[in-house]
Amino acid sequence: MKPLSIPERLTKNRFNLDEQECHIEVNQEIARATGTGKAIVACCPAHVYTEEPDGTISVEYAACLECGTCLAVAAPGALKWHYPRGGFGVQFREG
Amino acid sequence: MPETAEPDFEVIVIGAGIAGCVTAYQLARQGRSVLLIERGEAPGSKNLSGGVLYSRGIQEVFPGFLDEAPVERRITRNYINFLNAGSSVGIDYQDMRLADPVNAVTVLRAKLDAWLAEKCEEAGALIMPGVRVDRVLTEDGAVGKRVVGVQAGEDELRARVVVAADGVNSFIAKEVGLRTDEPLNHLAVGVKSVVSLPRETIEARFNLTGDEGAAIAVVGDCTEGVGGGGFLYTNIDSISVGVVVRLDDLTAKKKVVTDIFDHFLEHRFIAPYLEGGDLAEYGCHLVAEGGMKMIGEITMDGMLVVGDAAGLTLNTGLTVRGMDLAVASAVAAAEGIGSGLERDDTSKAGLAGYPQRFFASYAGRDMKTYARAPAFLEAERMYKQYGELFADVLYSAFNLDTQPRRHLLSVARKTLTQSPVKMRQLVRDGIAGARAL
Repeated sequence: MKPLSIPERLTKNRFNLDEQECHIEVNQEIARATGTGKAIVACCPAHVYTEEPDGTISVEYAACLECGTCLAVAAPGALKWHYPRGGFGVQFREG
Repeated sequence: MPETAEPDFEVIVIGAGIAGCVTAYQLARQGRSVLLIERGEAPGSKNLSGGVLYSRGIQEVFPGFLDEAPVERRITRNYINFLNAGSSVGIDYQDMRLADPVNAVTVLRAKLDAWLAEKCEEAGALIMPGVRVDRVLTEDGAVGKRVVGVQAGEDELRARVVVAADGVNSFIAKEVGLRTDEPLNHLAVGVKSVVSLPRETIEARFNLTGDEGAAIAVVGDCTEGVGGGGFLYTNIDSISVGVVVRLDDLTAKKKVVTDIFDHFLEHRFIAPYLEGGDLAEYGCHLVAEGGMKMIGEITMDGMLVVGDAAGLTLNTGLTVRGMDLAVASAVAAAEGIGSGLERDDTSKAGLAGYPQRFFASYAGRDMKTYARAPAFLEAERMYKQYGELFADVLYSAFNLDTQPRRHLLSVARKTLTQSPVKMRQLVRDGIAGARAL
């Protein structure tokens, strides 16, 4: 049995999307210079980050599961990441 | 020490996980005024764990815990599995003594933590869900900063003691300098699926009866050689299945974490457990694996740190613990805060009862006992070569290929000479393991 794709898996979760505020911001220059870009693409279980053909990192913050792994591997200054505003983001029903 | 403004509460707890809820519950039962703030829409909705809670400590806090709390199954089977690409060797330990008295249960945190928060409310704590604490309020104290409350959006709330129970990322503990950024070898990422299956199917597949449960811990091919492991834990009508991989090794080997998880799910010896199941939820969590090394200061003037936020997790190779340490730290913290409030001294010195009680408890002593475990478990051989070595020895014993048999000991010796593992490494790891674990 082939596992579901990551976007298919995420459809099983409940999210309260904060349409006003994105809680993630990548500093493209530092991310590229330090290798943080590739590292956060590889370590994010929700595939929030994608490396675009031009080498920039795009962010799908709505998919974030809020683990903080990206922040842990990011070089200083490459990533601004905090929790979504209260009540927003993923809402686990199982956990 | 004079307070500049009258506090709104005696204690504010940030985060309604196990550590936060148990701290709030114990203090509310002492008659203290307690505010428990949770950023999730409801308590439990941001919380996730692998799933095994060693439950003796929480049973002391809630005597009716096993019957009243939404626990899943009572663990009677622990299976330690060395997994290779085409072979698998394990120690399968099933013991009814583990059911009476119950020692460990599987839990799903969205359900468990909602129950814990209810208990806090019943005990008189005020719960404020859907609120993110942005920072703590500080004032200049006798020496350095003193925490006097929290800020959430426009709101400022003051308390004599603030408890940071905001989880492994603990922005709060970092903000006030109680924790610094961890080196990557102290951190791992856990990725987990909850897979629904009928309870009869689970009981048949895992050899269980009634509410008995199994915990399968896997090392080896499950993580494609990256330091870490996999797990399968049985819930009532679902399976928690996941991998946990160390971030230093993941980034050094340039592996994609979801590829590792998929490889585990598709492994020929793992997939049959999950066959026909439906995905109920997909989640992940950062895991602190530094053990004792990660724990620095856990108190300061007006504040203390509990649970994951304090770096309280322990991987001994056999047991992986966090939630029971959260309980133990919360119990110690509530006692420390209680005596500080009684003496009207909530400075670092006034809260010193917390670290004293915690490090004197079984949990604190275990942290010290297993202080060498993280370094031992970092050895690469654990994740690849030992599993293959065990399988090769057993293959030589079971593969009756019409050649005359030799004694197992000489088979083992020959296999070892062909293995990348050297005899002196085996001896060294054996000694290190005996001392670390």
